[in-house]
Amino acid sequence: MNFNYLKKNLKKDFSNHKKMKIAFLADSSSQFICQAIRGLGFEFDLDLQIFESDYNQIGNQIYDNNSDLYEFNPEIVIIFQSAHKLLLKYNKSNNEELSSFASNELNEIQNYFNTLLKQLNAKIIYYNYTEIDDAVFGNLANSTEFSFLFQIRKLNYELMQMAVRNSNFYLCDISSIQNQIGKSKIFQTSVYINTEMVFSIDALPMVASKTVDLIKALNGKFNKCVILDLDNTTWGGIIGDDGLENIQIGSLGIGKAFSEFQYWIKKLKNRGIIIAVCSKNTEIIAKEPFEKHPDMILRLDDIAVFKANWNNKVDNIRHIQKVLNIGFDSMVFLDDNPFERNIVREGISDITVPELPPDPADYLEYLYTLNLFETVSTSIEDVERTKLYQIEAERISTQLNFTNENNFLESLNMQSDVASFNKFNTPRVAQLSQRSNQFNLRTVRYTENDIALMIDSDNYFTFTYSLNDKFGDNGLVCVVVLKLITAKTLFIESWFMSCRVLKRGMENFVLNTLVDFARQKQIDKLESEYIPSSKNKIVERHYFNLGFKEKSKNYWKLNISDYKMKDCFIIKKK
Amino acid sequence: MNKKEILEKVNDIFIDTLDNKNVILEESTTNNDIDEWDSLSHILIVVAIEKEFEIRFNSDDIKKWINVGAMIDSVDEKLKTK
Repeated sequence: MNFNYLKKNLKKDFSNHKKMKIAFLADSSSQFICQAIRGLGFEFDLDLQIFESDYNQIGNQIYDNNSDLYEFNPEIVIIFQSAHKLLLKYNKSNNEELSSFASNELNEIQNYFNTLLKQLNAKIIYYNYTEIDDAVFGNLANSTEFSFLFQIRKLNYELMQMAVRNSNFYLCDISSIQNQIGKSKIFQTSVYINTEMVFSIDALPMVASKTVDLIKALNGKFNKCVILDLDNTTWGGIIGDDGLENIQIGSLGIGKAFSEFQYWIKKLKNRGIIIAVCSKNTEIIAKEPFEKHPDMILRLDDIAVFKANWNNKVDNIRHIQKVLNIGFDSMVFLDDNPFERNIVREGISDITVPELPPDPADYLEYLYTLNLFETVSTSIEDVERTKLYQIEAERISTQLNFTNENNFLESLNMQSDVASFNKFNTPRVAQLSQRSNQFNLRTVRYTENDIALMIDSDNYFTFTYSLNDKFGDNGLVCVVVLKLITAKTLFIESWFMSCRVLKRGMENFVLNTLVDFARQKQIDKLESEYIPSSKNKIVERHYFNLGFKEKSKNYWKLNISDYKMKDCFIIKKK
Repeated sequence: MNKKEILEKVNDIFIDTLDNKNVILEESTTNNDIDEWDSLSHILIVVAIEKEFEIRFNSDDIKKWINVGAMIDSVDEKLKTK
């Protein structure tokens, strides 16, 4: 997509797109980049309403409590201070200030951030700096603390440290775009001289893409699963024809490319991406390399769902989707065969199917450029996720032996740990709020900062639920947030649950605990709301099924005194 | 390539960049004649022309064009010295 294409999107109809208010503060001219971001948002059903400050008004907008910025009240603030302006500032500094140049800049950025968060409930995105070597010291710049190169690299590093410390501060890595395409491509002097813009026209879609990826992830849209073809994708050659000894993998020739590809997949798995296999092969033959080949990086226990057969790939992927219970729009399918790619693309419209280059040596370099696995949080449970799905597959096969649903549930020996939000479960709660799309009644996304505020608030009561059974521990799978809206009424601000534990009676168990709590607090009524999204139709009748009465469209209430404890097979852990 | 052919190609670039099918350029056309042709879209047009003809203008030349004719002359000159 080139800039002109994105610009034409601006004239299209955004009325069915999700609105988000975004402020863009820049120290260089920003019209084009804002147009590119809004135009690209259109492609992902986002109506990004962008407030653009007059250029070079960052400080004024942030420090003036009555500024247009605060009037606009954005959910996301993007700050873009360009490397060019940074260099100008450096050029004007006194000699004795140069060694602390980066530290001073960082202090100012931290001040911007703190001031913004005092007034706004917003996430802050900061563009890091594209490196400029002003060639004053040559290579010695690397050991000369006051050189510009030293200071700009230090600043980029310190920004990462700042992002570690501040949970609502996100870096948008435009420096990596320059690494990828080169300085002569990202910056074009004639554009800079004539418009005060620091991006070339061709770089605009790439910068927009990095930005929108981050916005999408903040909005709960990201990829969760990668499905691998095997022959000539995961290893070189065809296992069925060439045999175990002759497939290409390891340290020789093209084998290197496949080994490095597998290391990449393994790293994704370790950070919580689910790995599945979909291959036209005989199953035992396809599994052989995973079990026996000494150079394979991926092993069977890395794979959550393994589908090797001669059925068509669309059906196999639909099956994988059923087991995992995640949306097709969060799946990536990697296959070397253009024919299979097209069939999958046509059969499953939402799935991402990268157009892998013909030479396997190019796979990784190409995949790096796509930024397929953007995310805004990670947690310890990510590492365990594959295991959880493998256990789920086992559970499904046990269930088949029971004719009565209740007998099956009873046999699971389910226990749940109920706790309020605390600093230990905060990362997981934030993550679940961002990941849950289907079982999510109001689709409110919480950051770690939002959660910290609720912990300290007197009006919020928070509940987290874990679930374990005889097959294993599912971890923290459900969250409810109650808000006191009158002295006798609690409003269910959020109720979301991992789809891993659907149909286990969790809903009944949760409501029992909520009513228990309400009775202790002498509350009369629970009120609740269902806000439809494109993903959460499965909970449309959630409150109806639990016995709530509809007060007005999608707004429900339950009188505590009428409530009878519901049957369930989950025991509260003491 | 003669100037008439250059004008035709430049006309196509205007239509595409300004997203306006009705643009008909003549040598005397100036930015007063076309609403969408402002200082920002001007730079988009310049970059598109550079790409189309595989030439590069000096940053300063761009401002000297008083009308489409001057633009075409500039392209013509660059093509001859290419």
